Amino acid sequence: MTGTLQLNGLRITTGSRLVVNLTRQVAPGDVLTIMGPSGSGKSTALAAMMGTLAPAFRAEGQILLAGRDITTLPPHKRGVGLLFQDDVLFPHLSVGDNLAFALPPSVKGRAARRAAIDAALDQADLSGFAPRDPATLSGGQRARVALMRTLLARPCALLLDEPFSRLDASLRVQIRNFVVSRIRTEGLPAILVTHDAEDAHAAGGHVVTPLGEAVTL
Amino acid sequence: MHRRHFLITAAALLALPAQAQSQADWDNVLQQARGQTVYWHAWGGDPKINDFITFVGEQAEARHGVTVAHVKLASTADAVARVLSERNAGTVAGGAVDLIWINGENFAAMKDQGLLFGPFAENLPNWPLVDVAGKPAVVTDFTLPTMGYESPWAMAQLVFEYDSTRLAEPPRSLAALKDWILANPGRFTYPQPPDYLGTTFLKQVAYGTLSDPSVMQLPLDEATYEATVAPLWAWLDAVTPALWRSGAAYPQNEPALGQLLADAEVDIGFALNPGRASAEIAAGTLAETVRTFTFDSGTIGNASFVAIPFNATHQAGAQVIANLLLDPEIQARAQDPNVIGFQTVLDLSSLSDADRARFDALELGLATLSPEDLGPALLEPHASWMVRIGQDWVERYGVAQ
Amino acid sequence: MITGGLLRWAPRLTLALLILPVAAGLLGTLIPAFANDANGFHALLDWPGLRPAALLSLTTGVSATAMSLAITLVLVASLWGTRFFGLIQHVLAPLLSVPHAAAALGLAFLIAPSGWIVRLLSPWATGWEQPPDLLILNDPYGLSLTLGLVTKEVPFLFLMALAALPQTDGARRMNVAQSLGAGRIAAFVISVLPSLYRQLRLPVYAVLAYSMTAVEMAMILGPTRPNTLSAQVVIWMADPTLRFQATAAAGAVLQLGLVVLALAGWRGLERLARRGMVSLARAGLRAHALDAIARSLAIGAGTVTAGALGLGLAGLATWSVAGLWSFPAALPDTLTLTTWARAAPDLARTGALTLGIAVTATTLSLALVLACLEAEHRYALSPDARSLWVLYLPLLVPQVAFLPGLQFAALRSGIEGHWLAVAAAHLVFVLPYVFLSLAPSWRAWDTRLSVAGLSLGATPARVFWRLRLPVLLRPVLTAAAVGMAVSVGQYLPTLLIGGGRVETVTTEAVALSSGGNRRLIGTYALLQMLLPAAGFALALLVPAWLFRNRRGMAVTA
Repeated sequence: MTGTLQLNGLRITTGSRLVVNLTRQVAPGDVLTIMGPSGSGKSTALAAMMGTLAPAFRAEGQILLAGRDITTLPPHKRGVGLLFQDDVLFPHLSVGDNLAFALPPSVKGRAARRAAIDAALDQADLSGFAPRDPATLSGGQRARVALMRTLLARPCALLLDEPFSRLDASLRVQIRNFVVSRIRTEGLPAILVTHDAEDAHAAGGHVVTPLGEAVTL
Repeated sequence: MHRRHFLITAAALLALPAQAQSQADWDNVLQQARGQTVYWHAWGGDPKINDFITFVGEQAEARHGVTVAHVKLASTADAVARVLSERNAGTVAGGAVDLIWINGENFAAMKDQGLLFGPFAENLPNWPLVDVAGKPAVVTDFTLPTMGYESPWAMAQLVFEYDSTRLAEPPRSLAALKDWILANPGRFTYPQPPDYLGTTFLKQVAYGTLSDPSVMQLPLDEATYEATVAPLWAWLDAVTPALWRSGAAYPQNEPALGQLLADAEVDIGFALNPGRASAEIAAGTLAETVRTFTFDSGTIGNASFVAIPFNATHQAGAQVIANLLLDPEIQARAQDPNVIGFQTVLDLSSLSDADRARFDALELGLATLSPEDLGPALLEPHASWMVRIGQDWVERYGVAQ
Repeated sequence: MITGGLLRWAPRLTLALLILPVAAGLLGTLIPAFANDANGFHALLDWPGLRPAALLSLTTGVSATAMSLAITLVLVASLWGTRFFGLIQHVLAPLLSVPHAAAALGLAFLIAPSGWIVRLLSPWATGWEQPPDLLILNDPYGLSLTLGLVTKEVPFLFLMALAALPQTDGARRMNVAQSLGAGRIAAFVISVLPSLYRQLRLPVYAVLAYSMTAVEMAMILGPTRPNTLSAQVVIWMADPTLRFQATAAAGAVLQLGLVVLALAGWRGLERLARRGMVSLARAGLRAHALDAIARSLAIGAGTVTAGALGLGLAGLATWSVAGLWSFPAALPDTLTLTTWARAAPDLARTGALTLGIAVTATTLSLALVLACLEAEHRYALSPDARSLWVLYLPLLVPQVAFLPGLQFAALRSGIEGHWLAVAAAHLVFVLPYVFLSLAPSWRAWDTRLSVAGLSLGATPARVFWRLRLPVLLRPVLTAAAVGMAVSVGQYLPTLLIGGGRVETVTTEAVALSSGGNRRLIGTYALLQMLLPAAGFALALLVPAWLFRNRRGMAVTA
């Protein structure tokens, strides 16, 4: 299922200004970190990979995922999972229903779906949390639910949009380790966007600016 | 259909005016009517009358299988306008209006423009019971012969209403009324013409001021009109400053005037229904001390009719309702002061003993005058007077100076 | 339902649904007005009441608009962010749903010389054993009418201002201005008002157009010697002989011209005011002394507006259960349910029809509005200023100017008099309000929720039905309740397109108002209020119950 995420000459311009220029390959289980100050085009690069680029931007180049060209596919057909700065759990659904929303329809039968959700909660140390209101969870718990939700959709790649920046210091290390270890276990190519050198360091892979220049930590 | 009706009516008129059409024809009408819903367009401003129409509908349903839908109008003119706009839009059949409560200028306008079905009234089985001789207004609507194009269902006469605790001796002539108004400023008014009751009051004033009121039985003559009606305007000019709100505002219609009396904003009101005050007292909306009076020289009287538009969808059902309204039981109910207190159009002497007993059993009601005390009913002037006086009133008093 | 191809067309379809009826109706009015050598205009000019009626339309409309706007702005400027503001918000919001006719009827009883205020003060304070002979209702200057319009338009403008405030960044700007030494009012005028007014401009124009041409309020509260121009046009249209159809059409055209003139004049005033504000800012307006005055003014005006409406409606409710109630008793001598019992079958029938029409018009409007907003979101369409004007078109063009023409078209096509035709006519007025009510919340949607849904593999349709609609259930239901309230309150479209045969609680209430039977009027007016109130209650309770265990869905005010 998993394969390499390839950015072939991905160039994004707004007006005459070049904001993203990337040619990179991310192998399964690897994390590419894009670092830069705010407004430098990090989020624009993610939006292009997600398929949600605003009309004001013009993109060229190719995005390949496991050999499949996803450059022009609509977001829901790309198989690209996304973790936000905040957990972005659906507020009207229980923790279990949030996870069930992500579960592909190919998992059939009430019992099988239930089992898949329980297993995911177990892996995140959240056993028995299925009926809970997400708003009653702690920040760390919500972050773990969000990650498990993303993984349950069985993405072929993972995009991380500063997912740790809102967490306090102790929690931050814990969640970061949890996320990175899940990426390695699942064998997903991942792209992390951050302005925090420590995050970049912990992710372990290459670090570049949105314009493709290598960054040394 | 029209042609056949015309021939039958013509024959009936020539031979025996009181004779209804044959039973077979009427059976035919009844059969067509069964299952129809008759849209009866009638002024809907009085809940007692609305209840009465509901009752008529129940009777029609039970007796003839005809349903009545009361389309409540703010003004009868709305229904007339509707039929006219339908004709202008080419709707010559399947019109929305089946039956209209109508009289006076609305009838004149519709008849003049050929908007009415008929003649039908004198073919109705209950027609022989109508008191044509004793109540000529049932076949003469504002001097216009009805020719069977509308069927009467209630008699009306202008009566004044007052609260006997506030006013000991009411003014029983137009001159006395003027003196009383001037002596009690702010305590009298009339509905704003061209409202029906308001214009009726103007005609009542005309009866008391014109040197020869009988000229109003003919269409008005432009050459002499201004001079003829000058005394009417002189009377109004004299009282207007002493009217309620100094004549700067007027109630919009009969119920609005009635509400002013109930609220003690005026001391004398009036209505075109001798039983209204009693009915309001019975309904608990007017003080029990309210009484009525008329002028010694008489007040204007007329009849209420129903007419059927030329393009009515349910003409058979509408005729059944018109006939039902002449039924002695229904007529007695309408005259009951606890219901609406409208006076009957029937000749009581032509009724069976059982039916006459229904009328004899009715109590007059606290405030209703007996037929003797009601005094003479003055004939309605020709409709042209009502229209013109109403227009001139608007010009003289309808725009603030 | 929400499929790609159709969805893309939704905005254009919706705009057409708003433009076409108005344009066709206007044409249907213009043609008879100018037909036969424009003899309608000759007749109009011959009418002795023309000058005062036209003048009344201008004076009542402009003064009602100016007062409503002033009260709204003073309320916002001096109370925004205070405890009072929340209170006023809770009191005024439900008043928006009170139909104009019910409001006018309630007010009429309150301020009449035999009304509640005088009764409460008599005879102990006034010495009046009989109602005083004072010309309060139907006064020749239209003051009662103006007051009636103000009580209805303040809640509208206030809620529009509430919706616009978050987009003005007002709180921060006020803080900055106040930290620079300006008083509260001065800070508001200089820093918030310009951007707030830009958002309020179209609602204000709608209020101006409505106030100048209100028919049912003018018939109940307005002058009668002569009537206002719009009321007179409706009277002419109803003339039995149809002799005045051309006059009515000419009057409608004149009314349209007056509205255009007033709007142009208002725009001129806007320019002057803007220049004035710039110089105030340059002069370094501080005006701390103003704050206390404005505050008491705001509390006073808010109380009078809400109180007049609330007390008037309470008065109608009392009348509906009154037996004999003579002057100067403050309460009825006897109480009875006779009126209700007698009216029950009619109330049930007209109530059911009213509801049926309102539900139909609202459901269609809601579907169209959701389709438009979803199309806007999915295809990244940015609605231009012109579409906003189109949205306001049915609210800016006077009803008396285009509904008669529309009635003629309906009559020709044979759909007139059917309740579905009435529902379709209501759609034209319901849709803009549903859109205006829903769009801010819909657009304020956290798009990350959509992106999260898509990134989990959900199709855009699934995101719409499973995420956006349920999360926005409260504003969606509120918009539906607004739509219901607008439909329930419609008088002229129901009367004309229904051909008198489609009886709703509103047409009944107005028909009864001519009769002055306050007891029966009370029952209809109350039902007229209860229907929208029930809608708003459901809009509040249903999401609260559904999401009772979801703290993240709680109202954040």
